[in-house]
Amino acid sequence: MFKILEKYSLAPQIHYCLVEAPLIARKAKAGQFVIVRVREQGERIPLTIADFDRDKGTIILVFQSLGKTTCLFSQMKAGDNLLDLLGPQGNPTEIENYGHTVVIGGGIGIAPVYPLARSLKEAGNKVSSIIGFRGKEYVFWEDKMRSVSNDLLIATNDGSYGKKGFVTDVLKELMNSDEKIDRVFAIGPAIMMKAVSDMTKVSNIPTIVSLNSSMVCGMGMCGACRVSVGGKTKFTCMDGPDFDGHQVDFEELMKRLDTYKQEEISCKG
Amino acid sequence: MAIEKKAVLMREKPVKERIKNFNEVPLGYSQEEAIQEASRCLQCVKKPCIEGCPVRIEIPAFIKALKEKDFQKAIDIIHRDDSLPAMTGRVCPQEEQCQVCCVVKKTGDAISIGRLERFLADWDLENRKIGKHSKPKTDPLKNIKIAVVGSGPAGLTCAAELAKKGYLVTVFEGYHRLGGVLVYGIPEFRLPKDMVASEIELLKESGVKFVTNVLIGRALTIEELFKEGFKAVFIGAGAGLPNFMGLPGENLNGIYSANEFLTRVNLMKAYKFPEFDTPVKRGKKVAVVGGGNVAMDSARTALRLGAEHVYLIYRRSEKEMPARVEEVIRAREEGIDFRLLTNPVRYIGDTNGFVKQVECLKMELGLPDSSGRQSPVPIKGSEFLIDVDQVVVAIGNTPNPILSRTTPGLKVKKRGEIEADDSGRTSMPGVFAGGDIVTGSATVITAMGAGRKSAQAIVDYLK
Ligand SMILES: Cc1cc2nc3c(=O)[nH]c(=O)nc-3n(C[C@H](O)[C@H](O)[C@H](O)COP(=O)(O)OP(=O)(O)OC[C@H]3O[C@@H](n4cnc5c(N)ncnc54)[C@H](O)[C@@H]3O)c2cc1C
Ligand code: SF4
Repeated sequence: MFKILEKYSLAPQIHYCLVEAPLIARKAKAGQFVIVRVREQGERIPLTIADFDRDKGTIILVFQSLGKTTCLFSQMKAGDNLLDLLGPQGNPTEIENYGHTVVIGGGIGIAPVYPLARSLKEAGNKVSSIIGFRGKEYVFWEDKMRSVSNDLLIATNDGSYGKKGFVTDVLKELMNSDEKIDRVFAIGPAIMMKAVSDMTKVSNIPTIVSLNSSMVCGMGMCGACRVSVGGKTKFTCMDGPDFDGHQVDFEELMKRLDTYKQEEISCKG
Repeated sequence: MAIEKKAVLMREKPVKERIKNFNEVPLGYSQEEAIQEASRCLQCVKKPCIEGCPVRIEIPAFIKALKEKDFQKAIDIIHRDDSLPAMTGRVCPQEEQCQVCCVVKKTGDAISIGRLERFLADWDLENRKIGKHSKPKTDPLKNIKIAVVGSGPAGLTCAAELAKKGYLVTVFEGYHRLGGVLVYGIPEFRLPKDMVASEIELLKESGVKFVTNVLIGRALTIEELFKEGFKAVFIGAGAGLPNFMGLPGENLNGIYSANEFLTRVNLMKAYKFPEFDTPVKRGKKVAVVGGGNVAMDSARTALRLGAEHVYLIYRRSEKEMPARVEEVIRAREEGIDFRLLTNPVRYIGDTNGFVKQVECLKMELGLPDSSGRQSPVPIKGSEFLIDVDQVVVAIGNTPNPILSRTTPGLKVKKRGEIEADDSGRTSMPGVFAGGDIVTGSATVITAMGAGRKSAQAIVDYLK
């Protein structure tokens, strides 16, 4: 059992959760994820590790209440226990000094982008961060992101905060400016990662995406998370979750993410 | 007295009833039936059946005790060599092991050794429910910690043997539930899950510690286990990585590896969705690709989820099928449509990305391959389509690479199997391995045999 130490809402439908998980915190690195099960009848879902504290033995999970499990999770309180927590799973993001890196987070993807930007900055990169939200009331972790970025640019779909538009609109401006971009990292909805990858492909900027495939086991034993990368089948849990965005078949990924649309029970929380 | 040529039949649920639910199909012997079957045993001096059993159970001795109605003695004899008889009595391919060596087989049916074993194990489990069972005897505790990786039959057996000898054993399992393939792969209708749980309870009573949700290689490495004071490590991590054929369209929605399909249904109880949260597609026309036990289990599972038509597509003929004969018969009885000498070549999807057809080729048998079986050769121009809305690919598994990737110094073979000698010794001192992770997909009893041998090798190593 894994004790929830803190739990609150960051924005509508977006929840912050601090969990006691010393074994996971000890090893966790940016880019890795956990598999969560909230109750005895529960399913196993992957959630990216949004942050970790090795000394305190805690990890942070940030999630959006959408399906059955995240909905149940959103109703849990500090003091409750997560039934099962497996991790850290997946390969950590490869951190080097690439030069000028652009880190893009959309919606819930902003949470995992935070430790990533921090690690990149620690490695000596110049970090320009672009974070996108639906509207002003959805904005979270702006200060945290600012603290680990050289520049922070914000976009909202409705223009109620920052620039009006999508993260790709901001990226375009950045790409059109004089400064060279050495590498782009994008974490967010599949459609956003696809749009970013399509744009950077034209200019040949290496782009790493973190895929959000659905999973059952999360440890290479079922193949639910398979994706086509460069024409080859890969398992997101074992070979990823980071992949070369220019090689990923996003159409297939998006279709696969909709496999259980009919079965899904919507969540209003 | 002439012996009865025919074995006592084991009652089964009628086909019509059983394909509607996940309850166990064979019903087991009653006491009278078991004793009657046991009386057919000749008590041969040479005991050829023991030679056929990978763990060398004293078969004639337990059958004698059973016949004399001393069930406790009979089960105690079995337990000396087999710590999971309720499992092996159900899933061992006895027809190729102990029973094939039976002398009575020359003139009639072999003694139903598996069914007798199952009867005794079930009798013992019933007694356990009321706390009336002989507790495993253990040597005085030694203050020596041993780690076991994986809780499948290999890991459980190794743990049981070492606990008996007084070692402090901790089993690490990646999944949230213990039992390996016994709980996530083999379906409820062949192996009830509460039985697996009950066997594991007994291990807990004998002092084995279990830690779930820890994947060795991620949260902890083998090297760290030694640093934490474990003096030896046994790896029984199984062969869990599902193979695909690499066909066009194989990632369409509705196409599953057998592991994913069975894990959803067995471990996650998707057949009880929405009471349980994990969904699974319930196809109307399902194709299962493969000819082993896993394929049979997948086909029969699809049927129980409500499929109207289940095809079993296998590239060789029935003779070459690796599945147990008993399971092939049951699958046929249940109406699985066997499409033999047939191989899929591509999958065709609808606009939403769901599979709607599989294109197949007819095959014929050519020269024997390395496995000694005639290898299938495609017949040119024989392509044809089958309409399907779900496909389960059951063409085998290979070892999960996580341990070899994270354990420098651990030698593995080309397909990822850990290199180990007959006693389970690997290329690293103090690290032992056995079961599917060493042999590739095999059987429950060979995994158990390997767990046991490694336990002995660990004892010798620590001397
Ligand atoms: C559907 C199906 C039907 C079958 N039917 C039969 C049958 O009728 N008769 C028969 O004899 N055999 C059958 N088999 C084969 C048999 O189940 C296996 O040969 C046997 O279970 C192998 O045992 P094992 O202990 O080596 O591995 P497994 O049972 O695979 O157990 C390995 C365990 O290790 C865990 N693990 C893996 N890696 C790690 C890690 N790094 N850290 C922690 N834990 C880890 C896994 O989660 C798993 O629980 C069947 C197999 C399947 C899939
Ligand atoms: S364990 Fe398997 S092979 Fe051995 S006697 Fe029992 S059924 Fe036969």
